[in-house]
Amino acid sequence: MTGWARLGLGIAGIVFACVGAASAPAQAKDTLTLGMVLEPPGLDPTAGAAAAIREIVYANVFEGLTRIDGEGHVGPGLAASWTMSPDGKTYRFALRPQVTFHDGTPFDCGIVKFSLDRARAPDSTNAQKEIFEPIAAIDCPAPEVAVITLKRPDADFLYGLGWGDAVMVAPQSAAQNQTNPVGTGPFRFTRWVKGDHVELARFPGYWGQAARLSMVTFKFIADPAAAASALLAGDIDAFSNFPAPEILPQLRADSRFSVVVGATEGKTLLALNDARKPFDDIRVRRALAYAIDRHALVTATMSGAARIIGSHYTPNDPGFIDLAGTYPYDPARAKALLAEAGVAPGTRFTLALPPPPYARRGGEVIAAMLQEVGLSVDLVPMEWATWLDQVFKRSDFDMTIIAHTEPRDLAIYAREHYYFNYHNAAFQSLFARYRETTEPAAGIDLLQQMQRQLATDEPNVFLYVLPKIGVWNAHLHGLWVNDPIPANDVTGVYWGN
Amino acid sequence: MIPYLGGRLVTLAVTLFAAAAAVFLILDVLPGDPAALILGVNARPDTLAALHHAMGLDRPAAWRFLAWLGGMLAGDFGDSFTYHVPIAGLIADRVGVSLPLALLAIALSTAIAIPTGVFAAAQRGKSADTLAMATAQIGVAVPNFWLGLLLILVFSVKLAWLPASGFPGWAGGLWPGLRALLLPAVALALPQAAILARVTRSAMLETMGEDYMRTALAKGLSRATALWRHAVPNALIPVVTILGLQFSFLLAGTIIIENVFTLPGLGRLVFQAIAGRDLIVVQDLVVLLAGSVIVVNFLVDIAYVLIDPRLRARGGP
Repeated sequence: MTGWARLGLGIAGIVFACVGAASAPAQAKDTLTLGMVLEPPGLDPTAGAAAAIREIVYANVFEGLTRIDGEGHVGPGLAASWTMSPDGKTYRFALRPQVTFHDGTPFDCGIVKFSLDRARAPDSTNAQKEIFEPIAAIDCPAPEVAVITLKRPDADFLYGLGWGDAVMVAPQSAAQNQTNPVGTGPFRFTRWVKGDHVELARFPGYWGQAARLSMVTFKFIADPAAAASALLAGDIDAFSNFPAPEILPQLRADSRFSVVVGATEGKTLLALNDARKPFDDIRVRRALAYAIDRHALVTATMSGAARIIGSHYTPNDPGFIDLAGTYPYDPARAKALLAEAGVAPGTRFTLALPPPPYARRGGEVIAAMLQEVGLSVDLVPMEWATWLDQVFKRSDFDMTIIAHTEPRDLAIYAREHYYFNYHNAAFQSLFARYRETTEPAAGIDLLQQMQRQLATDEPNVFLYVLPKIGVWNAHLHGLWVNDPIPANDVTGVYWGN
Repeated sequence: MIPYLGGRLVTLAVTLFAAAAAVFLILDVLPGDPAALILGVNARPDTLAALHHAMGLDRPAAWRFLAWLGGMLAGDFGDSFTYHVPIAGLIADRVGVSLPLALLAIALSTAIAIPTGVFAAAQRGKSADTLAMATAQIGVAVPNFWLGLLLILVFSVKLAWLPASGFPGWAGGLWPGLRALLLPAVALALPQAAILARVTRSAMLETMGEDYMRTALAKGLSRATALWRHAVPNALIPVVTILGLQFSFLLAGTIIIENVFTLPGLGRLVFQAIAGRDLIVVQDLVVLLAGSVIVVNFLVDIAYVLIDPRLRARGGP
């Protein structure tokens, strides 16, 4: 044997020894590694709209006055309770005592005033400034009492305060929250390895029920195939929103995993440019709705795991009514309506497709379905940045596929300028009345009228609710089934046997 | 040698400036507003304007270009829009993944390709040669991302020897880091090795037909000694040329492979930064990557001189 060959064997021996040593048996676990598709741009939920920010910090690191739970209900957060004046314009919040930030800063009404004033300031870069727009003043009669006065009643105010955009931040740390978030939650931020993962550790000084996990790692895996293999190889304990629905049958058959399909707030639409011919004609919009077999679409793109909708509203939301049957699949009727509206067979349209698989895969299926009723569709794939600029900002498009992930966002149909250009005075007055309602039953009635109005006008073709496909280790408990707001609330997560 | 080096440095500076100006112009024309990407679909116009101001995007393009260029010259790479940290540190972390990966891939591919090529040439026309070249042909045809997925399926999912994705960092020691880079390096190296082996073989065949080989054999050297002492050194010039070219392809290849293996390297940073319109990061990276390709070409030129004494006598290539 030559010296080189011996060296080679020696190296091989070391390699195998190390490989063997690395697979030591696991101990009783109190840590969690959670997979996410996208890495967040910064970790401050008050300075960016990305869902990925909230999927790390919401409820875990940062808390607001109110808190939205896994069922979408608004409950107490840092405010233990509150009262509303009869005119719906004044809220009096009783703040929790003995709350401190991770750096030791005490939480009191001064923090509430600072946080909300910062969010509504002229130079604020809060992505949901609308939440704070009704606020007229914030007063601190005592350190543990906050009084918020509104310019007008706002039916969604307490709900809005539960969003990630309205969390409490401290003056000393607010500017650094993008890279070093400091909140009041049961987990504190420890490390961010850019491009790879974020780590949180249990905060011993938490005011409420301590977290059962000692450490949580959020690991970023963008590629669906890589996500699947990381899960199968055990590198990751859970994916709360798994990006590869096509391998669900395989995962369901694997006893190591729980597969839990819930719903997000993502209303997936074939959005239409209502200002552009022929989409300004209600017959054409209805024809498109009849032409699309939404069950086949969901089977082809989401492995069947999605709920069909008929309006811009999801079953998680209050006052939901099922309008999915408004325009059943009926290609003959679609053709008749198109002919009636004077749309000649063979007319070409473009369909803009942003990057997510629901759009790219869905686009091909929808193009084929529209082909069936005589329309030709040019698919135009685009990056997010291009989509936001061309479709969203400049409204230069025929059709696009997009999931609106903001919860309870009927407001966009009442806006003067919005990319799909829906204008209906009847809807706008319904919305104006809803916004100022303080009586719950009347509010629900108006919400239902708005859903019906949209289903009748069909400004966009309403397709389905984007599913939340949760896949996690079968011994893991306490992760959210649904996504009523973007979050991975791991405060109640634990390992069973 | 000095004027030669000086000329090279001027070329380097001009190329880098051209690359910087080109990428700035392209990004400026490209639709997409980084502030709109950050604030999403519910943002109000005044919020967008406030963020534009905070990011400096309300200034004229020429001002931004010169400010960035001035910063680069002073050693300040700027701050990332998405990560909110200085870009120099961001890139340094990523180089710590991509450079070892590229070096490992080149080392692997050379270690496989050159012996295979020499062996195939020596065995020309025999079944060993046919087998080696047929394997290489397959290697050329296989895309590296597909090979990467295959390696993950076999070594991570089935055998559970190596991690499927991610990178633990070098802080935990050399071996955990190398372990994470092994599969991606193999996925990058094998297709490159296949090309390199074919080039080595044909370069060897050419030199083996030269007169000096016949002379070497005539003066009594064994076939193996003649091969290693005379044929291989002469065959190295085209091999080094291809290696230099492969380095550029390797940089492109890491963009795909780092996504397949979810490695936080430069390739993935480029990809993310373009999608997220993290403009200054893209600009910095293009300049860095263009610079490294130029530097590698320069090293290849130096390698020619080292390998071939005839070039040394002429005073540089």
